[in-house]
Amino acid sequence: MTDAFTFQIDGVEVTAQPGQTIMEAADAAGIYIPRLCDHEGLRHQGGCRVCTVKAGGRSVAACTQPAEAALEVENDTEARRRVRRDLVEMLFHGGNHLCPICEKSGNCELQAMAYRLEMTAPTRFPWLEPCRAVDASHPEIALDTNRCISCGRCIRASQDLDGKGVFGYVGRGIHRRVAVNGADLAHTEAAGADLAMGVCPVGCILRKGEGFSVPIGERVFDDGLIGHEIEAKR
Amino acid sequence: MAETRLIEISPVTRVEGHGKVTIHLDAEGRVDEARLHIVEFRGFERFIRGRLMWEVPVIVQRLCGICPVSHHLASAKAMDQIVGVDVLPPTAEKMRRLMHYGQVMQSHVLHFFHLSAPDLLFGFGAPAEKRNIFEVIRENPTLGLRAVQMRKFGQEIIEATAGKKIHGTGAIPGGINRNLPVEVRDRFLGQVEEMLVWAQDALALARGYVESHADMVAGFGTFPSSHMSLVREGDGALDLYHGRLRALDAGGAPIFDMVDYRDYHKHLIEDVRSWSYMKFPFIRALGAEDGWYRVGPLARMNTASFIDTPLANAAHGALRAFSGGLNHSTLANHWARMIEVVHCVEKIRELLQDPDLQGSDLVAKGERRFEGIGVIEAPRGNLIHHYRVDENDQVTFCNLIVSTTHNNEGMNRAVKAVAVQHLSSQPKITEGMLNHVEVAIRAYDPCLSCATHALGQMPLQVEIVDAAGAVIDRAGQCL
Ligand code: SF4
Ligand code: SF4
Ligand code: FES
Ligand code: NI
Repeated sequence: MTDAFTFQIDGVEVTAQPGQTIMEAADAAGIYIPRLCDHEGLRHQGGCRVCTVKAGGRSVAACTQPAEAALEVENDTEARRRVRRDLVEMLFHGGNHLCPICEKSGNCELQAMAYRLEMTAPTRFPWLEPCRAVDASHPEIALDTNRCISCGRCIRASQDLDGKGVFGYVGRGIHRRVAVNGADLAHTEAAGADLAMGVCPVGCILRKGEGFSVPIGERVFDDGLIGHEIEAKR
Repeated sequence: MAETRLIEISPVTRVEGHGKVTIHLDAEGRVDEARLHIVEFRGFERFIRGRLMWEVPVIVQRLCGICPVSHHLASAKAMDQIVGVDVLPPTAEKMRRLMHYGQVMQSHVLHFFHLSAPDLLFGFGAPAEKRNIFEVIRENPTLGLRAVQMRKFGQEIIEATAGKKIHGTGAIPGGINRNLPVEVRDRFLGQVEEMLVWAQDALALARGYVESHADMVAGFGTFPSSHMSLVREGDGALDLYHGRLRALDAGGAPIFDMVDYRDYHKHLIEDVRSWSYMKFPFIRALGAEDGWYRVGPLARMNTASFIDTPLANAAHGALRAFSGGLNHSTLANHWARMIEVVHCVEKIRELLQDPDLQGSDLVAKGERRFEGIGVIEAPRGNLIHHYRVDENDQVTFCNLIVSTTHNNEGMNRAVKAVAVQHLSSQPKITEGMLNHVEVAIRAYDPCLSCATHALGQMPLQVEIVDAAGAVIDRAGQCL
């Protein structure tokens, strides 16, 4: 067993345990690194790249990259923020996101990330306006795939935690999408109690009937930017 | 061959949203026909299909930036039926009512002070640069300031009940998602008495205007018609949030009464005309030709047996006495609207004193149904939301009849009556004359963005056309 070591994030000295990723060490130290595909309790995927930091001069995903002694990490700089904002903007453009009418509004990590990264001006990217479906076939869960950002959380949760495989990737490259393993959700092993149903960062996997029952003011991100609870530890 | 000229007034300013008025003249320059066109966009009914039913009360608010709360509540009432709830927990019903009274109050205040007061204070023929709220405030600072504060009060009530001043989320199928904390209640209680005084002053102003211009009001866009609204079940009192349908003919005799609004389609038929995209609803029993009717504040003053708050009830009695029966005058809507503002403030005060608003039983559940019809008296009049939802919770059908659609025929008649009186055989069409036409439309406070079911708002215009169909004048009056 090796001992704890230190490295630097934006000039701040951070202590890491052997085997920790940059993000895990940062979390423990109260430094927030933005993320979307990563989720506590799920294996790291390194898919969305929103957590990209510069470490030792290279761009790496902080959620998968192991921390190293004496490493110098650049996280909260204008250049990093710009890259992240671009990535988040592209996620909005790749789906159909109408926040004002979305029940996830105020509880949505994508929306909260857009606020944190100050995605305010109209973006430079084209709107793809893909044609996506609502799958409401399941009695307890509805899927509005207009809002899926293909983060893969549901896939990992279903496989690793529920031992099922309700969700999976289909297609390749830019066409890669998350789909259910069946004609529709009702024709899968999905159950309302599956842990996979609770990990979606956006308003794609919805618990039926919940809708707008949480009033404005009591939603997750009504009282602070995403990541503020990590930063509060500092 | 006889020649007709066509006058087109476009945009009709200070109406919410946009539409177009065309005035057809004959060879002698007499008004032959006048029509209000509203460019319809039925995208909404299509958009809502397939959406999840609990999203609907939030989505429908996007129908209109002016009266989102009315759509929110009407659709929530429809969704109550879908989730099998006929009686809401008292806290939910009262929170919704509070929201509604706040909305009606602020909408009427906006209409009266911002949109109509310039005409009433400065005259319909006054130059365009004078007919706006800034001039009202400049010449009458107290009035202007009160208008702003009364609107703010109404909007803050909406915020406290829906979470936001516009496009909130308060009403959910079967109930409401919040109650009213005591601190918030006390803040409103501290303001409500003053609001009531100001509301009465505004009422006196509107009433005084109608009384002192009795001849003009009687001659301006006045025509007999039927009137329809919800009234309270049992006693027929004014009820803006819930009740049964009542329609009276021009003489005040009932055409139908105490109708369960879920049977609206048994009594109303929606007609389509070649020259307009907007539907023309009519009362089945009277047929397409004679079955048109009006809705809105004046219609409600005509249909209501009485008002269950004392100050508004006295005012209702005064309007009745002045009219000597039903009132059919387009401009009396201003008076009616201010009676309703007084009523709303009285209701708000009553509700604020009710401990049910601090209750914690917010949502009821029942046995699932597949069809829901929600009806409410919106600021501009009766509003019908009708949905079907499948077993997967997805909307399969949506039909909306908004106040402006109910009033479609009435507005067309008002435009024609005014156009005949003020535009015929005049050598030159002046801005003041065109404004008379606009005043007639504005008296109905039409919400065109809502009537057209556009997502967002649309532009509107006025034109004069001759017998050959050529546009000879286009009078836009942009602010
Ligand atoms: S999922 Fe999030 S970002 Fe997308 S519409 Fe809903 S709230 Fe907005
Ligand atoms: S459904 Fe949700 S959790 Fe699954 S991939 Fe899409 S966004 Fe991620
Ligand atoms: S959070 Fe690291 S790549 Fe998505
Ligand atoms: Ni409207």
